[in-house]
Amino acid sequence: MMKRGFIKCCLNTAIGVFATLLLAACAEHSPGVTLEFWTIGPEGDAVAQLLPAFERAHPGIHVRVQRIPLTAAHEKLLTAYAGGSLPDLVQIGNTWIAEFAALHALEPLQARVERSAVVRKSDYFAGAWTPNRVDGVLYGIPWYVDTRLLFYRMDLLREAGFDAPPRTWAEWQAQMDAIRAKSHGQRWGALLPTNEYDQLLALALQQHVPLLRDGGRYGNFESAGFKRALAFYVGLFKRGDVPPYTNVQVTNPWQSFARGDFVFYLSGPWNIGEFRRRLPASRQPEWSTAQLPGPNGPGDSVTYGSSLVIPRSSQHQRAAWTLIEYLSRPEVQVRFYELLGDLPARRSAWEDPALKDDAKLKAFRDQLVHMRTAPQVPEWEQIVNMMQEVAARAIAGELTIDQATAQMDARADTILTKRRWVLERQESHEFRNGHGDNAHVPETTRHSVASPAPSGR
Amino acid sequence: MNRAGPAWLFLAPALLVLGVFFLLPVLAGLALSLTDYDLYALADLHNLRFIGLANYWALLHRPLFWAALGHTLYFVVVGVPLSLLVSLGTALLLNSSAARMKPLFRTILFAPVVTTVVAVAVIWRYLFNTQYGVVDFVLVHMGLPPIDWLGDPHWSMPMIILFAVWKNFGYNMIILLAGLQAIPAELYEAARIDGASTWRQFRHITLPALSPILVMVGILTVSGYFQLFAEPYVITQGGPLQSTVSVLYLMYEDGFRWWNMGTASAVAFLLFLVMFAATAVIWRFGETRGHAA
Amino acid sequence: MSRAVKPLLVNGALMAGASLALFPLFWMLAVSFMQPGEANSLPPPMLPLHPTLDNYRELFAHAGMGRYFANSLLISTAITLLSLVCNTLAGYAFAKLPFAGRERWFGVLVGALVIPAQVAMLPLFLLLKYVGLVNTYWAVILPAMASVFGIFLVRQYARGIPGELLEAARVDGAGELRIFVQVVLPLLKPILATLAVFTFLTAWNDFMWPLIALTGQQHYTLPVGLASLSREHVQDSGLMMAGAVVTVVPVLLLFLALQRYYLRGLLLGSVKG
Repeated sequence: MMKRGFIKCCLNTAIGVFATLLLAACAEHSPGVTLEFWTIGPEGDAVAQLLPAFERAHPGIHVRVQRIPLTAAHEKLLTAYAGGSLPDLVQIGNTWIAEFAALHALEPLQARVERSAVVRKSDYFAGAWTPNRVDGVLYGIPWYVDTRLLFYRMDLLREAGFDAPPRTWAEWQAQMDAIRAKSHGQRWGALLPTNEYDQLLALALQQHVPLLRDGGRYGNFESAGFKRALAFYVGLFKRGDVPPYTNVQVTNPWQSFARGDFVFYLSGPWNIGEFRRRLPASRQPEWSTAQLPGPNGPGDSVTYGSSLVIPRSSQHQRAAWTLIEYLSRPEVQVRFYELLGDLPARRSAWEDPALKDDAKLKAFRDQLVHMRTAPQVPEWEQIVNMMQEVAARAIAGELTIDQATAQMDARADTILTKRRWVLERQESHEFRNGHGDNAHVPETTRHSVASPAPSGR
Repeated sequence: MNRAGPAWLFLAPALLVLGVFFLLPVLAGLALSLTDYDLYALADLHNLRFIGLANYWALLHRPLFWAALGHTLYFVVVGVPLSLLVSLGTALLLNSSAARMKPLFRTILFAPVVTTVVAVAVIWRYLFNTQYGVVDFVLVHMGLPPIDWLGDPHWSMPMIILFAVWKNFGYNMIILLAGLQAIPAELYEAARIDGASTWRQFRHITLPALSPILVMVGILTVSGYFQLFAEPYVITQGGPLQSTVSVLYLMYEDGFRWWNMGTASAVAFLLFLVMFAATAVIWRFGETRGHAA
Repeated sequence: MSRAVKPLLVNGALMAGASLALFPLFWMLAVSFMQPGEANSLPPPMLPLHPTLDNYRELFAHAGMGRYFANSLLISTAITLLSLVCNTLAGYAFAKLPFAGRERWFGVLVGALVIPAQVAMLPLFLLLKYVGLVNTYWAVILPAMASVFGIFLVRQYARGIPGELLEAARVDGAGELRIFVQVVLPLLKPILATLAVFTFLTAWNDFMWPLIALTGQQHYTLPVGLASLSREHVQDSGLMMAGAVVTVVPVLLLFLALQRYYLRGLLLGSVKG
């Protein structure tokens, strides 16, 4: 008897588990449309607050938001693509669009834009719109714009004897030297985590020299311009103005900033919201933002920003587009800004008093017309991570500037090996097939993988 | 004869699972490592090339691969003996006739083994924080200089080794304890009558009796430690300056971050070869020692 | 002298070892009840000043920990039950059912243990991708449904079953399946319990494969969810520690309750047969 009881028990449990699994599987197909929407980092929480209004207006659509951590976003999205499990709508960094377009992962959106009453190209900042087009095909709608500039403590800067933020590299360096000296080494000039590539990339793009050459076939890090930027960047650490910390060591930059461990922080607009939320009230009047200093005057910065894209694999593309249109409405963009500090990609949203009258935003407004785009090749994310790894070694004193840039070029060339082969094959196909008739070329290779992308220009 | 049929039926489910989800992928992995399967191939199989041993060749010329192998060997060569020492030490303590409340201590000392690596790695990250970490606080109180565990490439791996020792020593402790308990008490009795010191008893009775177990435990621990991944992934993200990039971490990055699956498969097979060699060496070492004794 | 000192030394050393083993877990528990930012101060506080459950509330309300917990439970249970079936059948066959090349087959199986599982991961991902199973529970459950270790464990134990018992049943005309269910399984019960605890804990703690195969948040297990959370919530030490508590405590309790079975499996598994 006991034997039977035991087995029966086992079987029952097994059946129970299967039933649960089945139920879980069925739950995915509930009536109406359930839209899977993946967001990166803090946007997820903010967008969750915008959705109730959307779902009220569109009772047939239920949106499920997932947030992926920023530092794992790229690998998560690629894995999802590779596994064929991309959701219906994705927030994507606009420097990744070329890569996902090359993978044929994204749905072209031009036709929908032409029919749309909400999304009008003319209302978007040109710098925000451009990265969404790959080889003349539009794949994403800018959600917010993003760049990198200086956050700084006004009181501490005054204490060091300066009334205004720096405009040139030389001024910036001088101010940080003074901060170090005045505080007897208690404060750092700035915090630039050595495992984040944004800062060096922004400084490098100020040089107006392409980071890749020959249509994105080879690295161009040994150019005089990039070497200048790298030398300045590494110099900040060497002079002791900036601590060689990674963001693994400084777990709470806001606390550190509030305490005055450092005066400058090079970061993006979402931190306006984070600073307002995380810094104590007493510190609020004391921080501000400034345009990124350039080699000879207020400099350019890097064009970032997130776009909304619809994966080709989505079964609910129409519903996804409806949500894109909703999130693109100027008043929703303003609301989004209020929730998080993310900067609207549309000019009309900036006319709203909430943005127009915000002193801390002025620098961003100025910076937005001084932006440069990173190279648009599918391998870019890997290359720019490699660049930062090598730069960190230069900071640690393991490599000179010349050695570092030589290594960057060598490694970039290796990473781009396959791309060169694909481009070459595509060209020889086109040559063989004559004009207009390239029916034998696999479609992917032809129209997206290998555009001679404009690098850095 | 008529029983062979049912035998295969009994074996079928397990062999099917192992065949489809293990054996087949391993063979496919070997094939994959001879191709340049990458993002382009993922998008369109026309972009896949057979490239022979080029992936292996490229790896052997890639500094980061050697660095990763070096870090992994460092972790194994320092971590395994240290873990075994702690295991042996605690097992001896637990086996001592003077020890009280043995079951309680045994359970407590074993507890870290059953904890989830990711969860305790997260704890580690705070304990070893330079600013607020408890560890550095204690160091400073003892008059020692604080150590930048998370930022100094020389200390990041020792920190991970400490983590691994803490997390894993209990496992081998239990096995060694069982081994100790199996040594006949008369042997010690006789030695005591001969006037042998505790150290001599340990050298001449305990160690020889334990050595087959130590070899086996050593092999298991070595192959476990070669598979270092979750700790650097959670605690250091491979940093600082890639000083905690292990071979498996490299495989993960190449394969599942950049989708160079050809390269990543080659990394996996090279790791397999190294592990195999290391295990074989310990095995031979154990054999010769066994014969000599 | 040594007569009096030895117990002191031994127990003192054990005490010290036990404190070191427990300290991180104790600290985790303490911090999980602290206010935001409280742990980031010097000297590092050991006990929460004003204990709060906010971290746990936040964890379940906003960070989706409830879902991860349910996923972990579901996946680990399914793996345990299914692998129990597969491994027991195979282990018994290897121990007691004669067939051509039995020992050779078993040798091959044990030999396969030297191949690290990671070698199979990349192609396995592609395999699951082409059958559309990536980002489903099955992606994690299916490959874990049989294990060489489990088969080995059952075989070791089943070899102790007296052959006469089986022969007697066969003489009575019972089929092999009936013999297995009515005679063998009851005898294997202790090792099944061992195997179940072992498998469950391994499945619960597994990280690398779920990290790869479960791409969507709705399928994350606790370790994957926690690792993901730690990427953007490092500054919230209380929240992270609460997450660690939720992940670790269930397995610790399970271990405490079934320690006997677990330790036996550990010893059996480590004795080469």
